[in-house]
Amino acid sequence: MADARQTALSEALSEPVWPASPPLFRIAGVALAVALLAYPLVFTGTFSHHLMIMIFLHAIMAQSWNVIAGMSGQISLGHSLFFGLGAYASAVLYVKLGVTPWVGLVAGMSISALVAAAIGIPTLRLRGHYFAIATLLIGISAQIIFQRWEWVGAASGIWMPIERNNPWLAFQFHGTKLPYYYLSLLFCTLSFAVVWFLQRTRLGMRLLAVRDEPEAAASLGIDVAWHKVVAFMISGAMMSAAGTFFAQYVLVIDPDRVFNLELSVLALLMVVLGGTGTLWGPALGAAILIPLSEFTRTWFGGTGGTVDLIIYGILILLICIYQPRGLLSLVTERLRRRVDTL
Amino acid sequence: MTELLKVVGLSKRFGGVKANEDISFDARKGEILGIIGPNGAGKSTLFDLLTGYQEPDSGTVVLNGHTITGMRPDRISRMGVGRTFQKLKPFPDLTLIENVMVGALARTSNIREARDQALEAIAFVDLLAKRHSFARELSTGQRKRLELARALATGPRLLLLDEVTGGVDQKTIPGLIDLVQALRGRGITILTIEHNMQVVMEVSDRILALQFGKRIAFGLPDAVRSDPHVVDAYLGSADAA
Repeated sequence: MADARQTALSEALSEPVWPASPPLFRIAGVALAVALLAYPLVFTGTFSHHLMIMIFLHAIMAQSWNVIAGMSGQISLGHSLFFGLGAYASAVLYVKLGVTPWVGLVAGMSISALVAAAIGIPTLRLRGHYFAIATLLIGISAQIIFQRWEWVGAASGIWMPIERNNPWLAFQFHGTKLPYYYLSLLFCTLSFAVVWFLQRTRLGMRLLAVRDEPEAAASLGIDVAWHKVVAFMISGAMMSAAGTFFAQYVLVIDPDRVFNLELSVLALLMVVLGGTGTLWGPALGAAILIPLSEFTRTWFGGTGGTVDLIIYGILILLICIYQPRGLLSLVTERLRRRVDTL
Repeated sequence: MTELLKVVGLSKRFGGVKANEDISFDARKGEILGIIGPNGAGKSTLFDLLTGYQEPDSGTVVLNGHTITGMRPDRISRMGVGRTFQKLKPFPDLTLIENVMVGALARTSNIREARDQALEAIAFVDLLAKRHSFARELSTGQRKRLELARALATGPRLLLLDEVTGGVDQKTIPGLIDLVQALRGRGITILTIEHNMQVVMEVSDRILALQFGKRIAFGLPDAVRSDPHVVDAYLGSADAA
């Protein structure tokens, strides 16, 4: 009996820590990578590039929201705050001081992480919905502050001066969207890497524990409140990077656009739709919702903005009723069952 | 034997209810201390006071010479106190290995080391076959073993077990008793809340009996079993009858 247990233990110890993904998955992953790299060369239309850039950008936002909600279990309803901070940090530094947006990107991420800590330290100690309410109100307040802040252009926002000589340094590209496409793909991949890496580190595993059962997590030596704050800081910095990218993509930012409550809701919707706490769910949510919104806008004209919201609402209702773990679980649960029966 | 835990005059009230009143006892290194008492006697409250989940109104808890009264649960855990919960709290969306790894990560930040320590703890509770199952898929008995392995993986000096044999079917009880005794073999001091009198008499070195939040007896199993207060508490007093 004891020998059998010893044998089973040494067998288990010889397994890799993280099981390798099935060959099918690896092939699919490579195929997806090739397809995404080749896409803009095959589909050369401006709109087809724009659509994918929007999907990547929103996938970053979704992945950011996934870190705070999916990994630490805290619902932020004010994530547009960090999007706006990222957009404004790089734009203000560029317009006022001539600092390259690449430095602005890092500055925005740092500011966002600090703001996240300032919000998180008092609010993440509280239980229940206080954090959600606090983030919602702070997100709305930030928009109002920037609408009235003359130094950063108040309600009319900031126009970035056109710079054609040094596109990479100025982080703006004219006449082609290709650099934006590959940059957003790179940013998006990095946001995936953050979540992938987190899931395999002490910090990430502890976050999942905090999400699932905070009291049990504390009994294992985990400082629950601090872990939530760290997750919020990482999440805020990621959202901020998306904001900087967006500012450099459209080159005109104003509070109504970058501090828009709708962005916070959209981030939530994408993650819930795709699968909270999963690696691929947020991207799946973005890949479904963003084309929906872009196409309804072209089909229904200016009023399309409300049509897509109605469809979002219906989708979320359906997800909550039929597939509360998100669309991705349709695939993963089926796969698991197949693996188990093998 | 040397003293690991010393509790003096611990009291806690919730509104008008005295959940714990002036409770004092000690636990020696390597000892199994059984805690008994009828429902509502204050056993789980006592655990919450010892592990920082509730703050006592008065009294002190001293662990290995350090006063830990009123410390946060995670800090007490890092001082070497592990616990399981009466109402089980596994991490449902993590696998069994991952659950126990989170415990092991209290000792090491190296994922591979944590995995190996987790597997050893899982082997110790004899649940290796289920290591890749999600915690939500495990039975109640298996979840109890999970909690035991998870607490064990933190490398505790003192382990607080809240009703390890409660709510599991009769035939798994002997296995759980063997586990508790094997834990002592590892030099771990154990406080165990038990409803099953047979079990508690069998495994405990000493027994602390509570009723209505007060200590009614403390000592060797035989002495506690024949203590008139304990007999009263369990069989009802002669006056009331």
